[in-house]
Amino acid sequence: MPSDAEFPEMSPEAALIKTTSLTVQFGRRTVLQSVDLVVSAGEVVTLVGPNGAGKSTLLRAVLGLQRPSGGTVWRKPGLRIGYMPQRLAVDATLPLTVRRLLALWGPVTDAAVDETLGEVGAASLADSPVQALSGGELQRVMLARALLRRPDLLVLDEPAQAVDVAGQATLYALIDAIRRRHGCGVLMVSHDLSYAISGTDRLICLNGHVCSAGRPEDVRRHPDFQALFGIDPLAMPAWLSAAGPHSHGAATPGCQHTHDSRPEDGHPPKDQQPHG
Amino acid sequence: MDDFLLRALAGGVGVALVAGPLGCFVVWRRMAYFGDTLSHAALLGIALGFVAGINLMLAVALVGLALAGVLVLMQRQRKLATDTLLGLLSHTTLSLGLIAVALLQTVRVDLMSYLFGDILAVSGGDLAWIWGGGAVVLALLAWLWRPLLAMTVNEDLARVEGVPVLATQLGFMMLMAATIALAMKVVGVLLITALLIIPAACARRFARTPEIMAGLAAAIGALSVCGGLGASFRADLPAGPAVVVAAAALFLLSQLFPRGGTR
Repeated sequence: MPSDAEFPEMSPEAALIKTTSLTVQFGRRTVLQSVDLVVSAGEVVTLVGPNGAGKSTLLRAVLGLQRPSGGTVWRKPGLRIGYMPQRLAVDATLPLTVRRLLALWGPVTDAAVDETLGEVGAASLADSPVQALSGGELQRVMLARALLRRPDLLVLDEPAQAVDVAGQATLYALIDAIRRRHGCGVLMVSHDLSYAISGTDRLICLNGHVCSAGRPEDVRRHPDFQALFGIDPLAMPAWLSAAGPHSHGAATPGCQHTHDSRPEDGHPPKDQQPHG
Repeated sequence: MDDFLLRALAGGVGVALVAGPLGCFVVWRRMAYFGDTLSHAALLGIALGFVAGINLMLAVALVGLALAGVLVLMQRQRKLATDTLLGLLSHTTLSLGLIAVALLQTVRVDLMSYLFGDILAVSGGDLAWIWGGGAVVLALLAWLWRPLLAMTVNEDLARVEGVPVLATQLGFMMLMAATIALAMKVVGVLLITALLIIPAACARRFARTPEIMAGLAAAIGALSVCGGLGASFRADLPAGPAVVVAAAALFLLSQLFPRGGTR
């Protein structure tokens, strides 16, 4: 099975988080099976996979929100994580400006807030109510929130989900720029392959287990990946690339793992974890 | 003014000052039904308090806490939706309370006064509990304010940022149980939720920050108590319901104003 062992150039000192044989079960259903994952400083790792592949569960395990059923999750001591949840749903009855939202998780100066909002291109939003923001604006504000915590590792759960197509390219470019400027590692889940892949150092194709992992251009040639996503997703429109049932047959000799997480009827299992 | 009316006013205003800020969180976190469930359980607390011979407010608070604990445990199994669980607990505890009160042979309990409040019978001892306990509740709420607000915005995020989510949640439930125990005498177990959420809903329109909303909710609640008691005194209306109707009237009135807050 391709694993991080294929990346000997990565020095262990730079590792920010590392999972070893991570297994997560919900009841009798195995959602993640023996997943090895390393994210190091300065690299962007993107998790892709069909619905119910365990992407969000893997993120939650890394964040310490989900207890592993087996295996270990190691975090670098003192690691600061900037987490950006999939969606922030602030009740309309809560009067909260962007500035106030950003100050909720620790003392920050007005100057730092303005500077960070400027960095993500949201300077004009500082005094807007959170509920008045569009999907893309809110994601940029949440990125600013994560940055204000001076993270070593950014963890992003489908950052572009509620963002329109034009905004998605901008958002991924922004994430890439931030990574270069701050030198932090990035671990993200993405549904959308075309934009997400462009700034990714390592693509991990997940379907209950790691199907394939490596540089994006290598992974997308991998038969498992092509089986999961139909055809070469880089040649497909973004809205098509996230679909596609996972069929393991004779046509996909590369992937011989058993898929405990899949029910008999062949429908993708529903993710038990509520998102957001 | 008569003594009993002054005591009623002091008790009602004291409860409203606590219920307003706490009620904001009930509204923000969409916990109105939870508040209802806790307050319905209060009757069971009263019956058990009589049996055990302890202070009734303490008994009500303890039963509320136990119920909150049961709810947290039941939520973990994720088989039933939370509102189904709440409906189950709410009406079961209310019925258990009614049965327990009926079975009490040694004491005659005036059921109506517990269901709908008996603010005109507030005693000096009650006042000490309301203001003393209320001050403690508000102090604890101020202490929990920031983590609670962070949790309200996003629980996972709060957990990742190191907010002690479970402890904060338990703390909040404790404050809810205590507030219900304090408010019981004023508006009764069936109407307590109104005092929590109507002033908060009314304050939303005029608030720019969470803190302003909390302060306004306290003020609006106090105003409702004054208005309701006044109407009750002049027109001989039942006091608890009059307070709730006064709050609702203020809410309706507030809807006539253009939105001032942040939207």
